[in-house]
Amino acid sequence: MSPFRATLAIAAKDIRVELASRTAIATAVTFAVLVLVIFNFARDPAEVSLAILAPSVLWVTSAFAGIVTLNRSFAMERERGAMDGLLLAPVSRSAIYFGKYIANMAFVLVVNAVLLPLFILFFNVSLTGALGWIALLLLLATAGYVAIGTMLAAMTVRTRFSELMLPVLLLSFVVPPVLVGVQATTRLLGGRPLSEIVGWVRFLIVYDIVFLVLSWLLFPATMDE
Amino acid sequence: MTTDAAGTIIRRGMVITGIALAALACVYGLALFASPTERSQGLAQKILYIHPSAAWASLMAFGIVGITSLGYLLMRDRRLDTFSEASAEVGLAFGVAMLTTGPMWGRPVWGAWWQWEPRLTLTLLLVLLFVGYQALRTAIDDPEERARFSAVVGIMALVLVPFVHLSVYMFRTIHPQPVFLKPSAPSMPWEMTRTLLFSMAAYTLLYVGFVTMRYGIGKRREEQSA
Repeated sequence: MSPFRATLAIAAKDIRVELASRTAIATAVTFAVLVLVIFNFARDPAEVSLAILAPSVLWVTSAFAGIVTLNRSFAMERERGAMDGLLLAPVSRSAIYFGKYIANMAFVLVVNAVLLPLFILFFNVSLTGALGWIALLLLLATAGYVAIGTMLAAMTVRTRFSELMLPVLLLSFVVPPVLVGVQATTRLLGGRPLSEIVGWVRFLIVYDIVFLVLSWLLFPATMDE
Repeated sequence: MTTDAAGTIIRRGMVITGIALAALACVYGLALFASPTERSQGLAQKILYIHPSAAWASLMAFGIVGITSLGYLLMRDRRLDTFSEASAEVGLAFGVAMLTTGPMWGRPVWGAWWQWEPRLTLTLLLVLLFVGYQALRTAIDDPEERARFSAVVGIMALVLVPFVHLSVYMFRTIHPQPVFLKPSAPSMPWEMTRTLLFSMAAYTLLYVGFVTMRYGIGKRREEQSA
């Protein structure tokens, strides 16, 4: 099997299993909605307007929901002893990594696609013209930390306290994209010219490329034996 | 025991640490009695002889973890993992010294214990990431797997550094700019520069002493579990 076909086969396997149970996505979406609700009440309406808080809410919720989704990434393999099967299959480690990455990206993007309209609805923001850009920023930011999270999840799933270990290791890496995302979103919602966010977008692209390549190179070290 | 290799390393580390501590006593003597008091910051400025040196030792320790981690993945030499473990732990100790002394200076001079600027954010995240590194190590029983997994995190931490720095830099910065390691001449009286350099040397030696001791302890643990 060509590496490309193997990659797609692994991604398709994860997506099929998820479509059959819908556990990870349903849980992550529910989690995201609850975080939105908490954010709404975690402020004094007389002091802090929704508009000021909105960009932070969107990005923090998106990042947390992403981590919840990633936590499930290799859990299935561990719980049902399928990891050995995956490792024994005649596919390269790269195919496993990119297959898992594609599946994780699909899950996280679905969660974000549900989150974004709910965010607009609950927080009463008007995104005229900015929606496409905010969607692009979310895509670029998640592409980077999901790349890291996919690789880290392969390790943390085999440790004690795995559900806690992934966020503790991953959150430091989530800080730069979330910081950049909030800054750029604030400017977009404030109607600032697009030239002001070009630098942030460029930053996200470099971040994505560097960490996708690095995570792919380091992934075999998480899979030995 | 005549062939106690780990014991020899630990003793060597203790000697180096002893010398470093003596040097550190001299540094504080110089800092209090032979270096001028800065006019606007007053005595708070004396932190210059502790805080930047601790930060230097901590970042150097974490940087070395990144390099020895890469070395481990390439060569799979157990000693590199034992060394990474030692350097990460010592770096964490210096990191805590840096993060506790910083606010003591920040409060009188900045008027705030903490500021979200690049250097502070970066060092805080690195210290937190290395707490995670330690947690990961304790959560894995198989020594070979522990070595591989922690090496991956050690390398990732090194690559994260420029991204955190740049992103927060684009955000804002108020940390004092480097007064010594910069292209132009040091903007400090020579008495201060001298004490600072001496302090950095003492902390570097302290790092060497601590790491040697910790490496010896790691060796001994391996011998006992083998």
